[in-house]
Amino acid sequence: MNRLRLATTWLDGCSGCHMSLLDLDEALLDILAGVEMVYGPLVDVKDFPARADVTLVEGAVGSEADRRHILEIRERTGILVSFGDCAVTANVPAMRNRFPVEAVIARAYVDNADRHPAAGDGAAAERPAFAFTGVPRLCPTARPVHEFVPVDVFVPGCPPAAAVIAWLLTELVAGRTPEIGGRSRFGA
Amino acid sequence: MSPEFPKKVRSDLNPSRVLTFRIDGRDVSARADESILIVARQNGIAIPTLCHLDGLSERGACRLCIVEIKGSARLQPACVTYPRQDMEVVTTSERVVAYRRKILELLFTERNHVCSVCVSNGHCELQDLAVELGVSHVRYPYLYPGYPVDASHERFCVDHNRCVLCLRCVRVCDEIEGAHTWDVMGRGITSQVIIDLNQPWGTSETCTSCGKCVQVCPTGALTEKGRSVAEISRRRRFLPYLQMMRERRDER
Ligand code: SF4
Ligand code: SF4
Ligand code: FES
Repeated sequence: MNRLRLATTWLDGCSGCHMSLLDLDEALLDILAGVEMVYGPLVDVKDFPARADVTLVEGAVGSEADRRHILEIRERTGILVSFGDCAVTANVPAMRNRFPVEAVIARAYVDNADRHPAAGDGAAAERPAFAFTGVPRLCPTARPVHEFVPVDVFVPGCPPAAAVIAWLLTELVAGRTPEIGGRSRFGA
Repeated sequence: MSPEFPKKVRSDLNPSRVLTFRIDGRDVSARADESILIVARQNGIAIPTLCHLDGLSERGACRLCIVEIKGSARLQPACVTYPRQDMEVVTTSERVVAYRRKILELLFTERNHVCSVCVSNGHCELQDLAVELGVSHVRYPYLYPGYPVDASHERFCVDHNRCVLCLRCVRVCDEIEGAHTWDVMGRGITSQVIIDLNQPWGTSETCTSCGKCVQVCPTGALTEKGRSVAEISRRRRFLPYLQMMRERRDER
């Protein structure tokens, strides 16, 4: 039997959904028998493969890199799963959306720092401008995955419970495209 | 507009006409002053609701209870629509369900509902409705408006980011507590519930700090201080009880 080529990815999220996936414990062994992990934070592969049957996407689209990544994934994936609340609703990453990016960055890295080496100690009042050098530029807002690409399966939950993930993967391995129905909810 | 409905609270002193009509193909009998929602519930037919709360007047604010009425092109909210003889009501057609989903999805887009970090997570009527109506994602763009949190009251907080404008707080404060501290300002999706003349809750001269509004809020908008994520619990049994006592007083 051909094993399901499964990719996972982690965009603007906390990795909690991947943790919940690992939380399947020994149930994971049975499921993995039908699965080949081809990409994601759980395997050591640098580039997204030419083809994946299923990709679980954790996280919102929050940066330019996320946006490019999700477009590429969509092209190379059979069934795209919005995996967890951040992918489905943008969830916590979207809490920054009502503030301008500059204000968010300043709040996270400048305002609350007690030392500003660039400006010299004691010059905290002077706010150094933030440049996105070497890190992906944040989009003005973090948004759900389905606002960028068509999504086939939605799995709300923060994170989705291990039992729900077990059911989801079992369905996918069996070649079905599951409907989540009332199995999980926003914030679960 | 929905047909005119009797303002008078039902009691045995103002007996009203009994009529028969059909809900989902079933013959039901009802008093003319009972809404379609009430009659449906009496007959074990569930219609989703959000702004309705037993013990408060009806407001018809959320429109989740919409039903089809044969011969009428428009859908009607069951909680403020009253039966007529031989009327035919359909509570769960494809069209009705599709509209209910849309309404619910739009409610999610209009404020900032971050269930995972919400004090009401797991006890929220909006969240439960999403499960009930099979809303697994929202097809419309979220608006991410910038609403404030008012924590100026000694014991309570209002987080407008989670308000669904059901106006239960306004009604309970006016109708049950008699203080009328809460009201509404603005129009459409920019409406907002306000304290007195739109001032911080802590400065209100009318609020008696009874906490009734906090108990009836369906979401995490009104909360007691000191509760964290998913820690809310609502106590609502006082409502039918107070209403019952009042009716007895009226009869005396
Ligand atoms: S009020 Fe309900 S729907 Fe809104 S964030 Fe809280 S739990 Fe979610
Ligand atoms: S604060 Fe709560 S009770 Fe009041 S209108 Fe908003 S959701 Fe309804
Ligand atoms: S319950 Fe009827 S309009 Fe809200």
